Amino acid sequence: MQFVQLLISGVAQGCVYGLIALGFVLIYKATETVSFAQGELMMLGAFCSLALLTGMGFPFWLVVPCTMLAMALFGMALERLVIRPILGQPAFSIVMLTIGIGYVARGLITMIPNVGTETRTLPVPYKDQIWNLGSLVLNVEQMAIIAATVVLCGALFMVFRYSKVGIAMQAASQNQLAAYYMGIPVQRLNGLVWGLAAAVAAVAGLLLAPITFVHANMGLIGLKAFPAAVVGGFGSLPGAIVGGIVIGLVESFSGFYLPDGFKDIAAYIVVLLMLMLKPNGLFGEKLRKKV
Amino acid sequence: MRFIFKTSYAQDIALAKHGGHRFWYGALMLFLLAAPWLLPEYWLAQVTFVLIYSVVGLGLMVLAGFTGQFSIGHAAFLGVGAYTQAVLSGMGWPFPFALAMSAALSALVGAVVGIPALRVKGIYLGMATLSFGFIVEEGFSRWESVTGGNAGMQVKTPDLFGWQVGNGNGFYYLCLTITALCTLAVLNLLRSPTGRAFVAIRDSEISAQSMGIHLARYKSLSFALSAGLAGIGGALYAHRLQFISPDQFGILQSIDLLLLVVIGGLGSVHGAFLGAIFLISMPQLIALSKDWLPENIGQAPGLQSVVYGTVLVAFVLFEPLGIYGRWLKIRTWFQMFPFYRKGMFKRQKSFQKSDRLR
Repeated sequence: MQFVQLLISGVAQGCVYGLIALGFVLIYKATETVSFAQGELMMLGAFCSLALLTGMGFPFWLVVPCTMLAMALFGMALERLVIRPILGQPAFSIVMLTIGIGYVARGLITMIPNVGTETRTLPVPYKDQIWNLGSLVLNVEQMAIIAATVVLCGALFMVFRYSKVGIAMQAASQNQLAAYYMGIPVQRLNGLVWGLAAAVAAVAGLLLAPITFVHANMGLIGLKAFPAAVVGGFGSLPGAIVGGIVIGLVESFSGFYLPDGFKDIAAYIVVLLMLMLKPNGLFGEKLRKKV
Repeated sequence: MRFIFKTSYAQDIALAKHGGHRFWYGALMLFLLAAPWLLPEYWLAQVTFVLIYSVVGLGLMVLAGFTGQFSIGHAAFLGVGAYTQAVLSGMGWPFPFALAMSAALSALVGAVVGIPALRVKGIYLGMATLSFGFIVEEGFSRWESVTGGNAGMQVKTPDLFGWQVGNGNGFYYLCLTITALCTLAVLNLLRSPTGRAFVAIRDSEISAQSMGIHLARYKSLSFALSAGLAGIGGALYAHRLQFISPDQFGILQSIDLLLLVVIGGLGSVHGAFLGAIFLISMPQLIALSKDWLPENIGQAPGLQSVVYGTVLVAFVLFEPLGIYGRWLKIRTWFQMFPFYRKGMFKRQKSFQKSDRLR
């Protein structure tokens, strides 16, 4: 039973990593840039939902779409204002840029009086509920994470598989120039992808908030999502979720079976091993350029 | 506009290209030598910090600015240097030997980290160094018998064969000497075939390879040199603070170091120094400006990271060449007056430079 318990909590934690990693991968596939601000977007999403839920008194079912919409708009604005002007410059400029955005976001949230420096709980309706399944104790918060991840992944799969926008996004991510020649508005799509990534991050924030509290530094968990993205292969959407679950499981089991301290770095050890043995990740595509 | 009339090939690689260089760098050196008499004690301490961070910045500049390999875990090398120095001086080693050991150990660790760098590129390398940084930080806090764990450890003052260098002028001169030597070493490196090979790798790995540059060797070498310099910086850092703990060498320190090289100006030795000045003087400027700001902005705890983030975003957006690039532009404007054109430093923009196909 201990094993199953660890399995479930690992998968739940892994789903959160996977959702943040999904944001990285979406952005990476679309614009070939890596956003270090993904964790901060998640944090902003959590604060946004906190403000809506406790500040404005919205019911929970309304808070979720509102938060997603607000964060999607924020992501698109971010892309338009700061990312688009420097597209085409070395990839590292954008890494530094997003690190800067992360700093600003964290600092601004910290500066809000009476909110920024405190840790709050997000009063979701399913808080602190427990299902007893035989000798198994299921935390509803964790089950909600897993269920929401499954639903979200299904929705994303449908979008990318069947909708015109999704197919256009796939085309643009495979070859921007060719997509542009086919009449696909690549830049507008990039904006949409940033919006989508921000919305996914907001969902991750909403799901994580009941477990870890809402505070300005919760975005640092985004750094754990990088290993997830790398393990899954940076360019693969299902890979991000699988990678996240792998990292979550490794963390959960190493926290229980290995000595103290391994829990925090297990993810990074896995990544280093992965990079040395299989740099393209589990689902990464292997492409070669001819000179 | 200055035209240098070259009469020998030696002029091409001379460190000081013309009399102006000799004059101004000489003046700077004189000022730094006289600084203990000119500056109050507090500012001298800040200059010492600038010198220490410059050494670390030089290291990262060699790696990121000249070889094009970005490390998001450079604080780990700083930490290896700092802890080695702390442990060895605790065991009574004289300062020069301990410093050499710190540099050597950091360089060794750097060469080991360089191994994944041979297989992975771009963002994957960033991930590898990031992970490495986390692992090292955790190692510092868990290896309690040596490092003292999260409680941190005290560092003795440097012992130069019986002469106890305190924390004041003596230590300042020590830092100045080491910084000057490191700078000269880096400048010399960059005009040697090795340095040229680094730059070639940065500009295009494929063309560097086809010119006969052994990628694996030069990349590990770059990592080792960079880590070695960071180790030296770390050793000085440990002596300066006299107390080190693992959280000083975490991800935030690594990002600060990246901030240093990007804001200073990637790909210029000056940039390391300008970036270090920025990094050290920024908190002071923020502290000074707090009195002028309204209460609820000036006293807010997040102000510093907002300012850092905004400055970083502004530099990436408007001045990708950093402070040194801006200075070059201003200088060129005056030199060429009134013939400066807007696009002179414009970077070529590519529609999409794919990392995936390589």
